[in-house]
Amino acid sequence: MSYLIKAATLSDGAVVDILIADGKIARVAPDIQESNSQIIEASGLRALSGLVDLHTHLREPGREDSETIASGSLAAVRGGYTALSAMANTSPVADTAGVVEQVFRLGQAAGLCDVFPIGAVTQGLLGEQLAEIGAMATSSAKVRIFSDDGKCVSNALVMRRALEYVKSFNGIIAQHAQEPTLTVDAQMNEGEISSQLGLKGWPAIAEEAIIARDILLAEHVGSRLHICHLTTAGGVELVRWAKSRGINVTAEVTPHHLLLTDESVLGYDAVFKVNPPLRTEADVHALRAGLADGTIDIVATDHAPHPSEDKDCEWQAAAFGMLGLETALSVLVSTMVETQMLDWAHLERVMSHNPARIAGYESHGHPISEGKTANLILVDPSAKRVIDRNKMASKSRNTPYDGLTLPAVVTHTFFNGALVHEVDRGAAK
Amino acid sequence: MNHLLSVNDLSKEAAISLLTTARELGVVSEGGHKKLPTLRGRSVVNLFFEDSTRTRISFESAAKRLSADVINFSAKGSSVSKGESLKDTAQTLQAMGADAVVIRHGASGAAQRLADSGWISASVINAGDGTHEHPTQALLDAFTIAEKLEISNFEFTGLRVGIVGDILHSRVARSNVLLLQKLGAQVTLIAPPTLIPVGVHSWGVDVNFDFDSAVGNLDVVMMLRIQSERMNELFFPSAREYSRSYGLDKLRLDRMTARSIVMHPGPMNRGLEISADSADSQKSVVLSQVKNGVLVRMAVLYQLLSGASSL
Ligand SMILES: [Zn+2]
Repeated sequence: MSYLIKAATLSDGAVVDILIADGKIARVAPDIQESNSQIIEASGLRALSGLVDLHTHLREPGREDSETIASGSLAAVRGGYTALSAMANTSPVADTAGVVEQVFRLGQAAGLCDVFPIGAVTQGLLGEQLAEIGAMATSSAKVRIFSDDGKCVSNALVMRRALEYVKSFNGIIAQHAQEPTLTVDAQMNEGEISSQLGLKGWPAIAEEAIIARDILLAEHVGSRLHICHLTTAGGVELVRWAKSRGINVTAEVTPHHLLLTDESVLGYDAVFKVNPPLRTEADVHALRAGLADGTIDIVATDHAPHPSEDKDCEWQAAAFGMLGLETALSVLVSTMVETQMLDWAHLERVMSHNPARIAGYESHGHPISEGKTANLILVDPSAKRVIDRNKMASKSRNTPYDGLTLPAVVTHTFFNGALVHEVDRGAAK
Repeated sequence: MNHLLSVNDLSKEAAISLLTTARELGVVSEGGHKKLPTLRGRSVVNLFFEDSTRTRISFESAAKRLSADVINFSAKGSSVSKGESLKDTAQTLQAMGADAVVIRHGASGAAQRLADSGWISASVINAGDGTHEHPTQALLDAFTIAEKLEISNFEFTGLRVGIVGDILHSRVARSNVLLLQKLGAQVTLIAPPTLIPVGVHSWGVDVNFDFDSAVGNLDVVMMLRIQSERMNELFFPSAREYSRSYGLDKLRLDRMTARSIVMHPGPMNRGLEISADSADSQKSVVLSQVKNGVLVRMAVLYQLLSGASSL
């Protein structure tokens, strides 16, 4: 099957036709005449490289009731993602070649997008013994990112060794920065709201102390460090400082930390319970500024599905995490594009090109140009939609945006040249 | 008003109206009418996920004195880690047709969850949720202050109240700060810095780490119960050191002003946050607090369930 996309607007503003054939972008030119292809009228639509997520919780193996690799893949392509990175905190933990190969194969079987497994840094995410990082790297899944996400590699020596060890294959350690001794039973950002609600505080310093330490470790051993989900103004400052010193650090921010603050917790609705927690408005502004000035390299969803019984309960009994794949682009358009902090080209870099480059996903994250693998999306920037938690592709319902009207609809997603997602544009308007 | 979840649910006028109703109920009771027919046929469920015999008994006798049917539903042991239990229990109570649910729960926000989630249509009264609030305690404390210091209109402007102890973990302190400020009092929190919440600057209170410098300038000294296990979480080095710095002993009691009073929400740790001398002194109004607790809870049930704002 070949497709001819007519009059799409690239991220740089150029209006072009795009011919997709044999899984590749065959031509990009102003007015392509080709009669054997399915025509897609894309006037008014943006064509962007397929989005790449470096932080996805898919719950398979172990909690297939809340998400499977197949349901997560469907959520992904609806949100415009053509590549996911499945976090290692499954059951069993993805700390062996066997588990990462299983995840990789299940992703291929689902066939909607690439699912690249992330390997655990330590056995069982316990933070003590290194997992078989080399075996995972040389497995058929070719793992390059390692993370104990959900938990912090808090022991400094373990972190140092992990950073050193992955150098041999240009791997990267993605750190969930949370000093555990400062966050025992912590429930939400520590500040005015936590003091009012009587919920145990999660201080910004618990995140920043680990970021500072790991930046210095990465500099010392000359390794690549990736900081997951920055949430604090202080964390942005630390990464900015590290980059100014030439330290090889990259950082991500989630859509929810760009939009929501700890004031969302005021009604004790556990859909807003997330790790790391929602912070203050000042932090949100610092994160937006950090993303705009390049301090923060990428947007990552931290898509974290949970069944309703783990959210429909009192706050302190609820699980941490929120859905993200199907709403990420819309939240970014709302918080960064419509506020004119990012243009479309920069948005495409932080949601596609940069994550693909950091992870080494070679068939993803290229500017739309001839000869590249056809992983791309069309977006209607003028469409609006009301988020409905009951209409998610995810098996879970824990979106924090239920009822909210958000801009931009992903109308088409192409994965390796196949049209894996398409919406009725009449309905989307 | 459908629920009483937080002192924030009450305007100053609504708070004074409740306190006034409580006083009227006290007058009626003393006139020999131990039991009023007002809530006959209505059912009040005491839903206690945490043990608190004194609070449960206070609500129970308040409901019974208004002729309501009382069901005690002790859910202790239903662990907070398995959160479904709150929802399940709520749906059971809904099926039983409860008119009011008095909930005590170890999780902050549990009462609000119960009220907001759509699981139940009954009025919800927060009888203490985690480290968040305990609004009827604040009401009975305000009632007792007004009674003992003879402030008949509940206008507390100029009144100086010190709340002493584990502010960080105290739902009594949070509710009292809100209500006392609403009524015009000036509140000082007295505690070691470890037990003062990080966000306290937004509360509009004074903070003093030195009990000795504050004790002579207060009209009300409200002592909070301290759990000695807190020292295992490094909030203070030892129970003895805490007691020396923040306990109300005879020396500090003697430095209090002539008309001032000592309060404690109970149960007291004698010898820890309060010495036996202080607990049993003329200044102590602890037993009045217990008595007034019933009147205030009668007023809350009365206003919530009858819809009337006065007798
Ligand atoms: Zn994480």
